[in-house]
Amino acid sequence: MTQDADTLTVEVWRGDARGGGYVAYDVPRRESQTVLDVVTWIQQNAEPALAYRFACRVGMCGSCAMTVNGAPRWTCRTHVRRVAKAGRLRIAPLRNLPVIRDLAADLAPFFNKWTAAGGTFAPTATRDDPPAEISPETPQRAAADAGIECINCAVCYAACDTVAMVPDYLGPAALNRAWTLVNDARDGGQAERIAAVSGGNGCANCHSHQSCAELCPNGLSPTAAIAGLKRAAGRAWLRGGA
Amino acid sequence: MTASSAAPPAWAHRGHPLWIAWLIHRLSGLALALFLPAHFLVLGLALNDPAALDGALRWMDNPWVKAAETGLVLLLGLHLFGGLRLLALEFLPWSPRQKTWAAAAVALACAVSAGFLLSAV
Repeated sequence: MTQDADTLTVEVWRGDARGGGYVAYDVPRRESQTVLDVVTWIQQNAEPALAYRFACRVGMCGSCAMTVNGAPRWTCRTHVRRVAKAGRLRIAPLRNLPVIRDLAADLAPFFNKWTAAGGTFAPTATRDDPPAEISPETPQRAAADAGIECINCAVCYAACDTVAMVPDYLGPAALNRAWTLVNDARDGGQAERIAAVSGGNGCANCHSHQSCAELCPNGLSPTAAIAGLKRAAGRAWLRGGA
Repeated sequence: MTASSAAPPAWAHRGHPLWIAWLIHRLSGLALALFLPAHFLVLGLALNDPAALDGALRWMDNPWVKAAETGLVLLLGLHLFGGLRLLALEFLPWSPRQKTWAAAAVALACAVSAGFLLSAV
């Protein structure tokens, strides 16, 4: 079957935390069809009980990521013609996360790690102070700006083989968030944050596979952020800190 | 509607140049770790059995041993230049040309091993 054929064969993972398997559906092929369109067609026409997650459908909310033909993708902006192999799609929940049901993964561990990596902004001013003047030209702000377009979709987390090997590893997204705050001149929580990312589950675990950067739908490089954290952690260690 | 339970392809999120660069670095390191005990054992003959060392050195002049040594030099080059790439990645300011650096490490290793082969034959 070619990509121009009028039917797609779509295998969808059905099951829950106890286990499951793939179920095949025939889905009409449409022009400019996205993987999320395919999943929605199945839910509306073939399998009303299918569980999956989406919201904005335009690549902003980060909620629709799934494993598509073995690789994590944001499904709302992944066109079928780019990923279908011989008219076939195989869709599964995100890797490295517990499954709730069908295509819906439990992202609680993912977001808990954002907190554990010091991902909360620690203000140094109050609402009564004037807004901080931050030049976008400074290297520090440029480093922060390079990572702030993360939409929390967990594609990088699902792509990371280090997370697969070390389940408590903080992971690329949480460390990328920490790096943007390390470079935020308004933040006052740096010592605690560097200590958080330098621990046994922190940045030193990264093997620089760079699958996170390869598959990030927004073109970010968490590996670059993690390399920055390694340097910052090394400097803190030399100064006798974390 | 049919059901199956086959696992998704494991290569799909890994088959990109920088993951392959990591694999090459890891496998070349393991292969060199396997070679090093034999290397030290032969060097140790200089202390305990010089005649056996001379015999081993003559054996190493065989063309097929030279070919195998070229492979060892290639492994050494891949691990050395791949390791320098990783040190640069972690300790120098970030470069967006990661795939270029990985390709350069492989190219340098190939050049060094080719140079070894040309000087050995």
